[in-house]
Amino acid sequence: MNEQFLTVSSSPHIRASHSTGSIMRDVLIALTPAFIAGVVFFGINAAILTIVCVLASVATEALIQKFLLKREVTINDWSAVVTGVLLAFNLPVSAPLWMAVIGSVFAIAIVKQCFGGIGQNFINPALAARAFLLASWPTRMTSAAFAVDAATTATPLALIKGGGEAAGGALPSYMDLFMGNVGGCIGEVSAIALLIGGIYLIMRNVISWRIPVIYIGTVAIFTLVFGQDPIYHVLAGGLLLGAFFMATDYASSPVTPKAQIIYALGCGILTGVIRLWGGYPEGVSYSILIMNVAAPLIERFTMPKIYGEVKDNA
Amino acid sequence: MNFGKNLFNGIIPENPTFRLVLGTCPTLAVTTAAINGVGMGLSTTLVLIGSNVVISALRKVIPDKIRIPAFVVIIASFVTIVGMLMKAYTPDLDKALGIYIPLIVVNCIILARAEAFAFTNTVADSFADGLGMGLGFTLALTVMGSVRELLGAGSIFGTVILGGGFEPALMMILPPGAFLAYGLLMGLLNKVSESK
Repeated sequence: MNEQFLTVSSSPHIRASHSTGSIMRDVLIALTPAFIAGVVFFGINAAILTIVCVLASVATEALIQKFLLKREVTINDWSAVVTGVLLAFNLPVSAPLWMAVIGSVFAIAIVKQCFGGIGQNFINPALAARAFLLASWPTRMTSAAFAVDAATTATPLALIKGGGEAAGGALPSYMDLFMGNVGGCIGEVSAIALLIGGIYLIMRNVISWRIPVIYIGTVAIFTLVFGQDPIYHVLAGGLLLGAFFMATDYASSPVTPKAQIIYALGCGILTGVIRLWGGYPEGVSYSILIMNVAAPLIERFTMPKIYGEVKDNA
Repeated sequence: MNFGKNLFNGIIPENPTFRLVLGTCPTLAVTTAAINGVGMGLSTTLVLIGSNVVISALRKVIPDKIRIPAFVVIIASFVTIVGMLMKAYTPDLDKALGIYIPLIVVNCIILARAEAFAFTNTVADSFADGLGMGLGFTLALTVMGSVRELLGAGSIFGTVILGGGFEPALMMILPPGAFLAYGLLMGLLNKVSESK
């Protein structure tokens, strides 16, 4: 007799082969091109900063889980490594190492572990740490060193915001923006590297196309409507990094398709508003953080219908 | 006996800031420096003692139905007195605390103690309660102010402690730093008292 048809078990009956570890490893593979681009354009310091962020994140997670919470240490799921890499990608290459360490400790200890560890963080830890560092040491965070010719230049977005041409800085070409030959944070400069990583994640089913495509599309349309150059706005700044790798964070983004669409639209509109009229030249990180906070609310209003259930006031 | 117990109650076991979570608005807003915390705490203590004593003394006279307006009038009188005294003798502190001095009128600690304690207890007990709650509030605000000033400006009470290579984390004296410090201190206090 075939045992398979007689076994009674509770759901779920079909399990995916994904695990937290495999997903995080895929994210790391997807981040590799951007890492290589960062090292090529900013030099060995970019690699050192990334390694310090990763080590500090993993060490913080392990120490907190072992000594403060006295729980199982879960650094084997690679999530702290991803947080460390993403945080480093959000730092300018001139950032001192102590800032990298403080940012990593903040991301893991405050944003992740204080709220219950992996899957419980209400906002993206790396972005929250970036916001913390930006509010604490604004001058260090906004000085974008350009390692190739060792001169400090304004980021592409700061150039169009501050009327950079008048100040003597020429706008970079599309090609420079696409390859990453511009000033900015370590991981955000190379559009092509981020696109390769993002497409890999979508192909591997780690993220859905909805959030990144709608987010980037919204920014393009928004800037076009208000008379700016949409291609420039998509390629410059942290939009691609944010849209593919940070807005799609599982714990802090919505799960249902409808909610993801609203969430991505919100991210795009906020980014456009901050870039065009806000005080900062770049708005990706704050937009994602704000929409992270709004995610539970969006999900509440886009709850899918449960099959077979009768409406309350039918 | 009772006096000591009522006094101590407000300092640790029912600390208004960390335990009752009352008066969070001044707690978050003025604790950008330790001295502001002390100033805010002590002025609130004065109002708290005054209002507690007077409300307790008048508790048999004040009709139950209009007790809240009566409390507010009494509290507002003391706030006005404290505000004028501060303007006269500590103008710098008054300027630093700004609108938060007149706003002591609506501080929930004061109304809460009037309603929950002074209105049903004797004058002496109410005095002890006001003093204890006030000192607890002052202690909490001073600790908050010290932590934030130390991390956000490298000093405590204006004395540079972390000098040299230390670059202060500006955020700690900005509003987000207030929420962070408040949450972490509250958690720490819960952890410490839990293990006792």
